[in-house]
Amino acid sequence: MIKCTNLFFISHVSPGPCCLLQAEKQRGRYAALAIAAVVIVVGIPLWWKTTETYRAWLPFSEISELDSLQLQLSVDIEVVFSRGTLTPEQQKKFPLSHVNEKEHQVDVSIPELLTSPSTEADLSLHMLSESSCGSVVVYVIPETAALLPEDVKVYVGQRRTALLRSPPFKSSWSLKEVLSNLDVKVEQVVSTMSFSHQDIVAALSNRVRMAKVTKESMADSMRAIKSSPGYEITFSLLNPDPRSHSLHWDIEGAVQSCIQPLLNKLAPIANFSVDSQILYYVVLGVNPRFDNSVSAYTLSADSLSHVINPVEARLGSNAASSNPVLNFLLYVPDSHHSPLFIRDHSKREVPSNAFHSPRWGGIMVYNVNEMYGPEAEPPVDININMAKVMGVFLAQLRLMLGVQHTHPPTGFVLQSPGSAGLADWELDRLLWSRSVENIATASTTITSLAQLLDQIGNIVINDNIAQQVSSAVTSLQSAVAELEAGNLAFALQYSREAILASERAFFDPSLLHLLYFPDDQKFAIYIPLFLPMCVPIVLSLLKIVSEAKKRRADKQAKSD
Amino acid sequence: TFFQVTSVSLFIAEVYTPREVNTDGSIAAEDLNERQWQSTDVEVDRSDGTKDSESFTAAAARDQFQEELVIRPLHSGDIYASFQFRTLWDIDFLQERQKVSHYRLFPKSLGQVLSKFSVRELHISFTQGFWRTMQWGQPFIPSPPGAELWVWFHDTVSDVDGNWKELTNVLSGIFCASLNFIDLTNTVQPSASFKPLGLGNATDHRFLRYATLPREIVCTENLTPWKKLLPCGSKAGLSVLLKSEKLFHSSFHSQAVHIRPVCQDEQCTSKAWELRQTLNVVFDLYTSSQGKKEWSLFKMFSRTLTEACPLATSSKIYVDITDNPELFELNPVTPLLSQAVVLGDRRTYSVFDLTRAETFGQLCSLNLLLRDMLRPLLHAERYVAGFGLQTGEIHTVIYNNHPYRAFPVLLMDSVPWYLQLYIHTLTVTSKSRDNKPSYIHYQPAKDRHRPHLLEMLIQLPPHSMTEVTVQFERALLKWTEYTPDPNHGFYVGSSVVSALVPSMVAMNTNFTQDQPLFSSFVPVKEESSYFVRVYTEPLLVNLPTPDFSMPYNVICLTCTVVAVGYGSFYNLLTRTFQVDEPSLPLEKRLANLIRRIRGVPLLA
Repeated sequence: MIKCTNLFFISHVSPGPCCLLQAEKQRGRYAALAIAAVVIVVGIPLWWKTTETYRAWLPFSEISELDSLQLQLSVDIEVVFSRGTLTPEQQKKFPLSHVNEKEHQVDVSIPELLTSPSTEADLSLHMLSESSCGSVVVYVIPETAALLPEDVKVYVGQRRTALLRSPPFKSSWSLKEVLSNLDVKVEQVVSTMSFSHQDIVAALSNRVRMAKVTKESMADSMRAIKSSPGYEITFSLLNPDPRSHSLHWDIEGAVQSCIQPLLNKLAPIANFSVDSQILYYVVLGVNPRFDNSVSAYTLSADSLSHVINPVEARLGSNAASSNPVLNFLLYVPDSHHSPLFIRDHSKREVPSNAFHSPRWGGIMVYNVNEMYGPEAEPPVDININMAKVMGVFLAQLRLMLGVQHTHPPTGFVLQSPGSAGLADWELDRLLWSRSVENIATASTTITSLAQLLDQIGNIVINDNIAQQVSSAVTSLQSAVAELEAGNLAFALQYSREAILASERAFFDPSLLHLLYFPDDQKFAIYIPLFLPMCVPIVLSLLKIVSEAKKRRADKQAKSD
Repeated sequence: TFFQVTSVSLFIAEVYTPREVNTDGSIAAEDLNERQWQSTDVEVDRSDGTKDSESFTAAAARDQFQEELVIRPLHSGDIYASFQFRTLWDIDFLQERQKVSHYRLFPKSLGQVLSKFSVRELHISFTQGFWRTMQWGQPFIPSPPGAELWVWFHDTVSDVDGNWKELTNVLSGIFCASLNFIDLTNTVQPSASFKPLGLGNATDHRFLRYATLPREIVCTENLTPWKKLLPCGSKAGLSVLLKSEKLFHSSFHSQAVHIRPVCQDEQCTSKAWELRQTLNVVFDLYTSSQGKKEWSLFKMFSRTLTEACPLATSSKIYVDITDNPELFELNPVTPLLSQAVVLGDRRTYSVFDLTRAETFGQLCSLNLLLRDMLRPLLHAERYVAGFGLQTGEIHTVIYNNHPYRAFPVLLMDSVPWYLQLYIHTLTVTSKSRDNKPSYIHYQPAKDRHRPHLLEMLIQLPPHSMTEVTVQFERALLKWTEYTPDPNHGFYVGSSVVSALVPSMVAMNTNFTQDQPLFSSFVPVKEESSYFVRVYTEPLLVNLPTPDFSMPYNVICLTCTVVAVGYGSFYNLLTRTFQVDEPSLPLEKRLANLIRRIRGVPLLA
């Protein structure tokens, strides 16, 4: 200290103390400014860069475009006029193509466009040509043709064809008039065979909430299990009393003959796997009431909702996959509670003795008491009539899969689906609503994921997630484009890919890593470093600023 | 342990508002919110099912279920009860590669696991407590404390590790256990100790995975799913006795599931999957009943039996009366006696056949006296020696109590990577002489990837004690690798000693169906010896444990040091130095003070 003072004694001899002090002060100021500059220019970016969370780029603009979801569904309709329906003059004007657009307003915020361009062609010779998935062929036959019974206006076949009895045409009509005359009928056919407004609304129901939907189509859509890449179908035989009867069911054969054709047909929609099991000592959760009038036990419809829970505990979860499970239970009541009948809400016996629960499966009660012979000694061997059982299960399965009951307009006759259990146009109906539903679900998932990632900056977005998101977006776009072009099979394929990719991105565990790392804890760790470093810098900056102000004020006073 | 929550009622409540559709399509508008159920409308085939009721399929009858309980009073006064349930699933799994999916007696969940993961053989056991071989003799099916899982995969599997990982996750869901903690760091592929017990002679140990979780705690939530696998559940037959509050109030509890392919008949023309569910309990009734050595089924299980499981082809209780049958008073008396050679010993059993109606008197209360039992011929124990937290030594001691026969044993040790074994210090001594193992398979550990695996074939001289020692160093773990309670210590799974022990009596080598289940688990190849597996105690080793608030302390200390250094540096750079007016020396100031008082001009 003494040395230092000596030094200053010597130095202040020549330039004068005031001037030296000024220079010294200036140097201190520059040093403080330089340090502040280094901290701001180097330190803060360095800290920012090293503590940043990695966020890969996401196609936000395309995702927000998807949010508005403009869907355009097109159906190829081929209208074939059979000989005798058109006059030669009218025939000359073919071929002619005419587009009929129809707009369905689903919701104020989400407008949706439905277009059905109906392309009409001359009476073609390939009557039996295989039409592609999603298209419809309408054959117009003369009014007097004896092919259909008198009161039948429209006949819908097993494939993608319909026969339409033509209304009387005046020979003076131009072709336009003929077609506009046919339009209403063709529209009805299409809404039966492909999709109606209600189907599309129901498929979009988890996205659009509105009151306009009819309750029936709502019930249909709620009954059907959600769209998924695969389903597990489990048949369970419940034997609560193996002591008194031992049951045999030929489930292998029954599945082969009844269920498998339907599943083969449905293969483009999802992968199905079928298994069966026999469970013993499974009891229903409710005690059936004995009804003296019919001398039988009855289960009322109100108590049926309590049946499922104790049974569900024994069914066992599916160990091998995470696909949704459809359960079909065959319950054979024990001899003390037999026969057992199910009654609906109007207290009538249900003829099939079966019930189903939406999106879960069905239960059928199978009474065997009349099969005990008089001399039978327990346990009685009983073979179950699988044709009867499978008829019920097949009907329930169709409901669960969303093959909806169509209620055709009067004058329509629908051909029964035949051995496959499903007509081609029924499959198309399902494909249409599944594609729309898949697109809606996938776009909802992607939009909400994008919204979430946008809102919470703490989430790490890895490259694989960004890749899943963009592949989901591209699949969605191509699915929408294919729907517009009328390529139903491709649309479904792309929509399934979109759903898979979007779910994979949404449920990726890496999104959760830093989600709950709050900022206040981060700063609690930084404070021992930040506080002692920043306080002197800030203080000296404040001092410099106040000094500069003071100097300016002095200067002003001096000039005045 | 791992809790699985399955809530069934949830989905009904939240998914939808159900409504009913009548046949004509109109909506029943009232009480829409109560109906989850809808009647199914179909055209019903009203024809009766009786017409083809005589044509039974033969295949259904081939599935079989057997149940068995063995009660053996132990030398120590404890009672050993061993349940075995055996389900045979008649299916030709080796030929048809198609998905098998129809289940009758075999549980669906396990069947799906077998086919999905291409499992050839699966053995899983959950054990609470340690089997005291010296006091209790050999158990019928041995198991180490905690959880043990070993699986042979089909040789068509390409990604064995991936299958293994997924399989453990699925099994942990099925059994509500923390098997999902099995990963590559505690999985080994023993080369000799674990051979397939079922059909087929797979020898390539690439398809074998073995893991133990010595820490696993077994409780009722593991028992419930285990019981669910039984065809009769806990509703009928011997499984009625499996009441968890009694089973877990015991000295030893072990439950296991063994699945393997077996032959249906002696010629092995048809094959089947065998599922054996075993449950072994040792009850300490001696202390709880004031020193009286008497027991009854009701005292042990607080239940009695009323019927056999109607699905079982055989349902039997065996009571071991070998030790001095005259002093037994068995009530009710059974005329059926059976002799079985099990674990190198010929023993006599009273048999109660539950499928016969006359068995059900008032089963079953009996008094008994006991004499000294045979010492087990093979016995092993293990401990950690050494002091401090740096090094240590594992001692494994194997006893051969046979008076005149020497026999070889396979010793398998799987040690976690954080105990770094010094394999050059491995010594094997018998009767204070060096005993050179005739076969050594050693796979060193990789840090954080796989454990040590040591397998040795050691010849045990007659009536001897063989000691295997190896030194190790304890590794320092990363601070995130410690368990939540690191001061409790880290478990090292049991060593496994497998041996063919020379038998005192001729063993039964033919496979007949009437053999009791407890004596038929391990196939006997020759008359003169029998296969035994002995598990040693698991070890509990302390590792050097840091103070876990350390990272924050380090951050704070570093920041303070940096801040102090930075502060003085900053000060030095920005401080303005100015000339210090030298203050007057003390005497001058004093003089000035006096001068001021006097009114004289001050000194400069």
